[in-house]
Amino acid sequence: MVGVRGRPADVANHGRLGPKGLYGSTAWASSPDRLTRPMVRGGGRLVETDWGHAMGRVVEVSRRLLDSKGPLTHGFYTSGQLFLEEYYTLAVIGKAGLGTPHMDGNTRLCTATAAAAFKESFGVDGQPGSYTDIEFCDSIFLFGHNMAETQTVLWARVLDRTRSDDPPRIVCVDPRRTVVAKEAERTGGVHLAPRVGTNLALMNGLTRELFANGWVDEDWVARHTIGREDLEATVDPYSPERVAEICGVLADDLRRAARIFGESEGVLSTVLQGFYQSHQATAASVAVNNLHLLRGMVGRPGCGILQMNGQPTAQNARECGADGDLPGCRNWDNTQHVAELAGLWNVDPLTIPHWAPPTHAMQIFDYADSGSIELLWISGTNPVVSMPESARIRRVLTAESCFVVVQDLFRTETTELADVVFPAAGWGEKTGTFTNANRTVHLSEKAVDPPGEAKSDLEIFVMYADAMGLTDQDGAQLPGWRTPEDAFDAWREASRGRPVDYSGLSYDKLRGPTGIPWPVNENAPQGTDRLYGDGVFPTDTDQCETYGHDLLTGGTVTEQEHRAMAPAGRAFLKGAEYVPPHEEPSDDYPLLYTTGRTVYQFHTRTKTNRSRSLREAAPDAWVEISGPDADRLGIAEGDVVRVESPRGSIEVQVRVGAVMEGAVFAPFHYGSWDLENVGPYERHRQANELTMTVWDPVSKQPYFKTAACRVTKVRAGGGPAPAPTTAASAPVGADVPHTAGGDLTESRVLDETPAYLNDPSVPGTGGA
Amino acid sequence: MPHLATYVGLVDHSEKTLAESLRVVGKAQAQHADVFHTCNTLAAMSDKHRALLEPIVRRYGEESGGEAAEPERLHAAGLAEARTGALGLLRDLQDLHVLASLVQTSWTVVLQGAQGLRDRDLLDLAENAGEDTARQLSWLNTMMKATAPQALIVAS
Repeated sequence: MVGVRGRPADVANHGRLGPKGLYGSTAWASSPDRLTRPMVRGGGRLVETDWGHAMGRVVEVSRRLLDSKGPLTHGFYTSGQLFLEEYYTLAVIGKAGLGTPHMDGNTRLCTATAAAAFKESFGVDGQPGSYTDIEFCDSIFLFGHNMAETQTVLWARVLDRTRSDDPPRIVCVDPRRTVVAKEAERTGGVHLAPRVGTNLALMNGLTRELFANGWVDEDWVARHTIGREDLEATVDPYSPERVAEICGVLADDLRRAARIFGESEGVLSTVLQGFYQSHQATAASVAVNNLHLLRGMVGRPGCGILQMNGQPTAQNARECGADGDLPGCRNWDNTQHVAELAGLWNVDPLTIPHWAPPTHAMQIFDYADSGSIELLWISGTNPVVSMPESARIRRVLTAESCFVVVQDLFRTETTELADVVFPAAGWGEKTGTFTNANRTVHLSEKAVDPPGEAKSDLEIFVMYADAMGLTDQDGAQLPGWRTPEDAFDAWREASRGRPVDYSGLSYDKLRGPTGIPWPVNENAPQGTDRLYGDGVFPTDTDQCETYGHDLLTGGTVTEQEHRAMAPAGRAFLKGAEYVPPHEEPSDDYPLLYTTGRTVYQFHTRTKTNRSRSLREAAPDAWVEISGPDADRLGIAEGDVVRVESPRGSIEVQVRVGAVMEGAVFAPFHYGSWDLENVGPYERHRQANELTMTVWDPVSKQPYFKTAACRVTKVRAGGGPAPAPTTAASAPVGADVPHTAGGDLTESRVLDETPAYLNDPSVPGTGGA
Repeated sequence: MPHLATYVGLVDHSEKTLAESLRVVGKAQAQHADVFHTCNTLAAMSDKHRALLEPIVRRYGEESGGEAAEPERLHAAGLAEARTGALGLLRDLQDLHVLASLVQTSWTVVLQGAQGLRDRDLLDLAENAGEDTARQLSWLNTMMKATAPQALIVAS
């Protein structure tokens, strides 16, 4: 593979690519250090071997555990970067073949709260809105979402609007003064910078303003929602003055932001990790849904909610049941839903674990830690770097009691702790589909063979199922497919009739000029640009994906309680009181610690760091502190500091930047795999050494953004921090050389704008 | 109204026992982050109820269980010490559920008394506290359901 280019008529990106797409799409594929042969641990180190031997080791352990203790000994931890077909196959192997509830993905770390928030408000996962809302709104609210850095292509589309003759106003909720925050100021909007850990107090304040100023669409709310009175009572104590005190924002800024929401005809809201990975994540994200419901702003062009996803196929992991849900966004607590799956797979319903929600990732590692999960299979992800409290994850994966299987493109910090390593194929080396945050399904076809003996994740999973002799109740092979297209067709059947309906799609249909957003069926053969245009939500007790939770504790609502509420297609307005974060600054650890991303790297840099242009733009870890904190601590740009929390420490250079006073920001991408002559963990620069093992009670997403730390100077650094100057990590004050661009790329403006599928400005296109 | 005082005492005492026991279990099971944090959140609910009960106690008096006209037969002394391990956690959750049930029925009785007395303050408190107790019970139930299979079948 030598390059990529955009497809001009595609509804998702209009042919645009971002820096990671332009520079990071193909370099990894031909990297000389790709994994090309399976490896097994022998004599304390990983030794290359053939597939038969490596898979034989896994099957031997798997079979022994199943025979002696049963399927609850098996855990699967997958990714947000495989294909739909691979997740669905994995889900069938785990849930129907083995019968283990212990399956989740790293989507738990990035996007679980998006799914949870949708389920709580609308009954089922799935974005109500569309990227086309950008073109039709008159204000855009970004909640904990530095879109300029995390979704550069989408941000370019926002800039098309904000730099036009009729710009929408931007409201930015972010503790850093990001590019988005500056755009908010430039468009006459507001930048709200709440203290880390106080999002819900801020949201309760905004909600209260809608009630207090009569901005609620009472007629719509009465017809299409349930819970209005309780919500009003819950948010009543959050006056602008009280919110100002809790969050450290100005009361008048809060009022101005609420007024923009209350007086706009069309608001697009986007939400990301600033909410999802922070304290009271689900409650704060549900509060965004509430604002839209109270204003009756759902289902119309310009009135979108985008609870964003972090990884390319996070949506598929959620839909297909590889990540702690049942396939087709079915409800584990609904016996009819479980019976449907049992029928599809021809297995006894009792085989499919459904006595409790599928086990979430943090709990899977907890079970492995306490020794009751003895086989943990990790595919396409690197928890040693990406999960919170690194020392704990290393302890779990090195324990004798847990047999660890890892499949990946490269050796990573996680493969180094594995007992068996399988070499996997990446995109372009295999075929499959992926679905992005606004439900748009794309087909990605195989272009080249994977290197050496590497195999697609689908082939690896099926190889295991065959070697184990997994069958349905009539003795037929399980799963009943071997190719990506057959897996996709099986998935179409699994999704038929559910809100996430792929039944009208096929590989052939996806070979057109654009991706197609689900649902695609007889009623919507060209797909669906936005959901809930009729104000009817999939909240009915027999249809919903969950009966819901107490947003404060995570206690589940029972079927009887849900039925008694008779939601009947009405959306839920749910609130919760603000409670302070689990760890607050103290005398010993006086600063707030928060982690995040940089635009030039992805996840744990497995692919992006193998692109020279991206590597040179963001070559090493750093931390950001504010100017006042730097002055107080006697620290200057580039100094090497030790940052410590009760759980661990890192030593990195300082960027004096735009982070709010009292907070420290660290990028989470940097482990140790690319450091030469340095043993694992000898040089700590890994942000997750400091984070806590604590998660949201509803979405179970870990909190990476609420911990306390202290910063001390170790020595002068002899130069500026290796942080990009072109992103949120831009320096304040110091004279730092500008981050240079990469190799030359080519872009051109089309003479004519293509006709986009389901364009809401063209009547009768399925856009409504 | 000597017997209302008995029940005001009972509800105060049972909330205190529940809060203390939640904290004991939370601390002992601190390696399970959700148990630790949620137990503390739920304990804070019980603390709040007791604080709001104070003016009521001043109004009607309070009789502790042991000295009341109707002496204790079932002694719900609370959990002075938590168990360990997966099965231990399950048993602890179950004991907490028993304690929370006692709190719930105590509030139910107090609510009935408040209606008879037309005491609006006590009525509001008993209603709100009763809802919170239902949340405490709901979480305990959710956790027991989720942790039982692993604890019963594969935990060492």
